[in-house]
Amino acid sequence: MRPGSGAGGPVQQAAEPAAPPEEIRAIPVRHPGRWLAAAVVLLLAAMLVHTLVTNPRFQWDVIGNYFLSSRVLEGLGLTLLLTVVAMAIGIVLGVILAVMRLSSNPLLSGASWAYIWLFRGTPVLVQLLFWFNLAALYPQISVGVPFGPSFAEFSANDVITALAAAILGLGLNEGAYMAEIVRAGILSVEHGQSEAAQALGMRRSLTMRRIILPQAMRVIIPPTGNETISMLKTSSLASVITVTELLYAVQLIYSVNFQTIPLLIVASIWYLIVTSLLTVGQYYIERHYARGSARQLPPTPWQRFRRMLLTFHAPPPAPPAQLPTGPGR
Amino acid sequence: MSMTDTAAMVRAEALHKSFGRLHVLRGINLEVARQEVMCVIGPSGSGKSTLLRCINHLEKINAGRLWVDGELVGYREHGGKLYELRDKEICAKRAEIGMVFQQFNLFPHMTALENVSEAPVRVSGLSKPRAAELAQELLYKVGLQDKATVYPKQLSGGQQQRVAIARALAMQPKLMLFDEPTSALDPELVGEVLAVMRDLAASGMTMIVVTHEMGFAREAGDSLVFMDEGVIVEAGRPREILANPQHARTRSFLAKVL
Repeated sequence: MRPGSGAGGPVQQAAEPAAPPEEIRAIPVRHPGRWLAAAVVLLLAAMLVHTLVTNPRFQWDVIGNYFLSSRVLEGLGLTLLLTVVAMAIGIVLGVILAVMRLSSNPLLSGASWAYIWLFRGTPVLVQLLFWFNLAALYPQISVGVPFGPSFAEFSANDVITALAAAILGLGLNEGAYMAEIVRAGILSVEHGQSEAAQALGMRRSLTMRRIILPQAMRVIIPPTGNETISMLKTSSLASVITVTELLYAVQLIYSVNFQTIPLLIVASIWYLIVTSLLTVGQYYIERHYARGSARQLPPTPWQRFRRMLLTFHAPPPAPPAQLPTGPGR
Repeated sequence: MSMTDTAAMVRAEALHKSFGRLHVLRGINLEVARQEVMCVIGPSGSGKSTLLRCINHLEKINAGRLWVDGELVGYREHGGKLYELRDKEICAKRAEIGMVFQQFNLFPHMTALENVSEAPVRVSGLSKPRAAELAQELLYKVGLQDKATVYPKQLSGGQQQRVAIARALAMQPKLMLFDEPTSALDPELVGEVLAVMRDLAASGMTMIVVTHEMGFAREAGDSLVFMDEGVIVEAGRPREILANPQHARTRSFLAKVL
């Protein structure tokens, strides 16, 4: 406290004209450990760049040649298709299973529990192989009345192609994980919300669709983004059942030309690019569902960038000392 | 159906409600006339809120009978037997009863206007422009016409509760239930909510108000009910009960809150 200011008590302080308070000038604490750690990180980064540039076995020219080749791009397309379709199945199935799980009917919640138990409890690779070999278990698939006549029969090998097996395996497995994510989201919404909706005469399904799920989305979106990114990479497991997605596509190429490492790098770079795009998409979806949860939405990186440019050109803001001070605030 | 059933807006006979082994309502007899404003007071845990929640069937009663506007709540009586109403029928009846909660329970992902127009569009089937018009009118009525595009988080507690009242009114209810509407508010915000409720009472709305605001009960209430331990201990004109309580329990409660 400055001498004189406190002596007269609060009344005199209030009457005093707003003199600019003296700003604190202190010597900051030194952090030698941080400088050392930063130096180590920089050194490691320099070594990494050095080896990437100087080691000829990375064969950047080969990577460049194959990066946009039609076979790689077709593989990438199939990877994206698998990811999108399997996630779509997973999300729809997840919502249905979550609602079933929370049902007061023990048969429905029990069935949901059993599904999650089965599909979460076995490796997805085993499930993929299982669907791929379904014909061994059911050579014929028929459509008809249960225990009654059938209207149409198909050979399982014709219906369950490698791609269909991959979509089934990845999608059904994802449904079990999504069910738990959606359930957590639904449970995160306050009970008063469904009560308020009921009091307005809204039916259960309408309440779920319009009131509960939109609010649950805030909890559901981040782990779902995680699952989507995870699915993008898990779809590479479909390579073992001869689906020519990105990984199998590059494997087919390097099995002929033996450029194993460059082609694996091609695939890795593509996975990284798509993952980065998904991360950006997730940011904007999260922002959309944050409506009403914060007093003001945080600016997007683009908005922040533009504001930075604006303030760079604008005159500097008034110093805080000129703000009105006093007990009234 | 007898004449007495249709005369009252709400009628309860020997109403009982238990949650498991907890016996919350132990034989409530009650009659609320059309356009009556009934205030319900009592210590916490006396069953006031549960009684309100039974009236719009958010809770199922265990024994007794309850009528709203001459119709049994939650059941249909036919040939001496009770049949549970379908979900759809229960929802249709709830839509005719407005409810205002202590914690407002506004939908946080919708603007004030969307909060008010949601049920008219989705439940009553109003067109979106017509519902928006109605919502704007109701927001004007509660003094918040300039807050239509604002989300609940950006409103003060008093403003949120006024939006909640407008939301309930949007369904054109014949009865309004208020469950401690000002208990979660900062003291200086209570007045604006009570003012809206007074206007509503003056316009002839039938209201049941669970409250701790004795001033409101005295001035705006037509009748006052004191509940304790699941029964109605005393009922009558607000001024008389507040000035001259007959029962010892009422006296001791009023001594604490007045």
